[in-house]
Amino acid sequence: MFEQPVIAFENVTKTFGNVHAVVDNNLAVKAGEFLSILGPSGCGKTTSLRMMAGFEQPSSGAVSIQGQNMTGVPAFLRPVNMVFQHYALFPHLNVADNVSYGLRQRRPKPADAELAKSVADALEMVRLSGYEKRRSYELSGGQQQRVALARALINRPAVLLLDEPLAALDRKLRREMQIELQNLQRNLGITFLLVTHDQEEALSMSDRVCVMREGRIVQIGSPRELYDKPINSYVAGFVGKANFFVGPKADTVLCVRPELLEISATRKTLPQGLADAFDVTVLNRIFLGEHTEYLVRHESLGDFTVLSPRKSEHASGVFDIGDKAAVGWHKSAAQILTTT
Amino acid sequence: MRIYATLVYLFLYFPIALIVGFSFNAGKYAMDWQGFSLAWYSKAFSNPLILQALITSLIIAGMTALLSAIIGTMTALGLERVTGRTRTIFDALIYISIMVPGIVIGISTLIAFVTLFNMVNPLLLSLWNIKIEMGIWTVIAAHVLFNLAVVCLLVRARLTGMDRSLVEASEDLYATPMGTFRQVVLPLLMPSILAGFLLSFTFSFEDFIITFFVAGPNVTLPIYVFSSIRRGVTPEINAVGTVVLLSSLLLLVIAQVILQRSEKIAVAKS
Repeated sequence: MFEQPVIAFENVTKTFGNVHAVVDNNLAVKAGEFLSILGPSGCGKTTSLRMMAGFEQPSSGAVSIQGQNMTGVPAFLRPVNMVFQHYALFPHLNVADNVSYGLRQRRPKPADAELAKSVADALEMVRLSGYEKRRSYELSGGQQQRVALARALINRPAVLLLDEPLAALDRKLRREMQIELQNLQRNLGITFLLVTHDQEEALSMSDRVCVMREGRIVQIGSPRELYDKPINSYVAGFVGKANFFVGPKADTVLCVRPELLEISATRKTLPQGLADAFDVTVLNRIFLGEHTEYLVRHESLGDFTVLSPRKSEHASGVFDIGDKAAVGWHKSAAQILTTT
Repeated sequence: MRIYATLVYLFLYFPIALIVGFSFNAGKYAMDWQGFSLAWYSKAFSNPLILQALITSLIIAGMTALLSAIIGTMTALGLERVTGRTRTIFDALIYISIMVPGIVIGISTLIAFVTLFNMVNPLLLSLWNIKIEMGIWTVIAAHVLFNLAVVCLLVRARLTGMDRSLVEASEDLYATPMGTFRQVVLPLLMPSILAGFLLSFTFSFEDFIITFFVAGPNVTLPIYVFSSIRRGVTPEINAVGTVVLLSSLLLLVIAQVILQRSEKIAVAKS
């Protein structure tokens, strides 16, 4: 059955002077999904988000939300809410007044008791009960993040827009917030649209990931699809790690993921049934805990990386810098991709 | 170096200290210490001329501060949206009105007012048989002229330091442009506006030069002090001077505290 997208771009282009930030974009966000827009800085992902929120208007094309054309509709009339990169909590208001800000704009204004109840529920949802009277600058980064989430989610938006929300947090906190965001999204059933340059973040949280480059959508699909069947070498290189070798035709490369490579002391000790095997010299070794990452050199293929899992080290062996080794891969591990 | 500094400060503040000290003199002559007394304060504040001058000064300072705060804030907000040459020109004009000596503002506003009166008074006289002349309002106009620049600079400093995403967050949370201004922009600017109000009040209250040119027959406190000094310094004048000095100082300290507190909050936030 055809389902109407909750946000739809129709040939949206946005230019700033000579810069084409977004080019002929036809993004469609499905209701209830967790979609991430992934790309390096300057790829147009933040501009796309700002056109959804209403902070920017497309130069051409149209944005619609829940089937309604949003051309010329200002931000305060759009049924979406945003979590800003640096949270943008109002410094002159306490946590409760920050969280209830959206509800207090409604006419007629909700009663005080009703507001207090909604704020208490929202703060409980982000595990900040009892923080009502605090000021935003008294909170830690993670707590500010949660207040920003509560302030947006209390309005039950059609879509929650998240602009690199975890970029300012340290690694451990980021991991916790990723899980918390995912849980919130599943429990509330609200569509989440996250913009990030962190591929790990996009892959771990989203139902679908949209990879952007220079204003255009390169590929959109589930994290597994993007990882296993990248449309070109750009996606393969941006999503996960990849080794690229000279391809069979012009403008093509042979792509092999480092973790799909087998490594052993000699060709004979490599597993059976490999499509190709090469003699290499180990250039570098990085211990990563569950994996060991080797940088190896082959005289005609060049330098590439191999991830050797801890579990199979008893069979493959451990190599030192300068050691000779053999590397090979199964036929299914190698993909021929077009370069861009 | 330390001796120089001491001498400089002594030179700057010794006369002021003398005035404050001798305002508590019991004796009749300004520089002849006869013992501590508050008599001159009660005498000063029961003198109807001094009271009238004080009221005039307070009205002028209050109106100047209010108008400067409103117009200065509006100027700062307006300049936010102006770019390029127009912006440069307006910026320069604002700095000029602060740096120009009071005597220049005094003379030029006097000439401007006189020219204006000469132009419109014949018409007003023939139409309604009235004419406009120098008064409290001309003093207020001249004071607002440079105090609005002070407010404008203070508010602009705050505006440039303000996180643009706060305004966007407010709009995103369904607040209309007017609602955003009232609930976010104005409260965040309030410390600067208040500080600007207090500074304008102080500058206007203690101003002599500009007032002297455009006051017409009106007597403000500084003008009263000046005219009575020509008849010799009395402890009464010392008492008035001390009150003006201390209230000005108090207002300046309050303005400074407000600005610093709001800055601390802004720093703690980022």
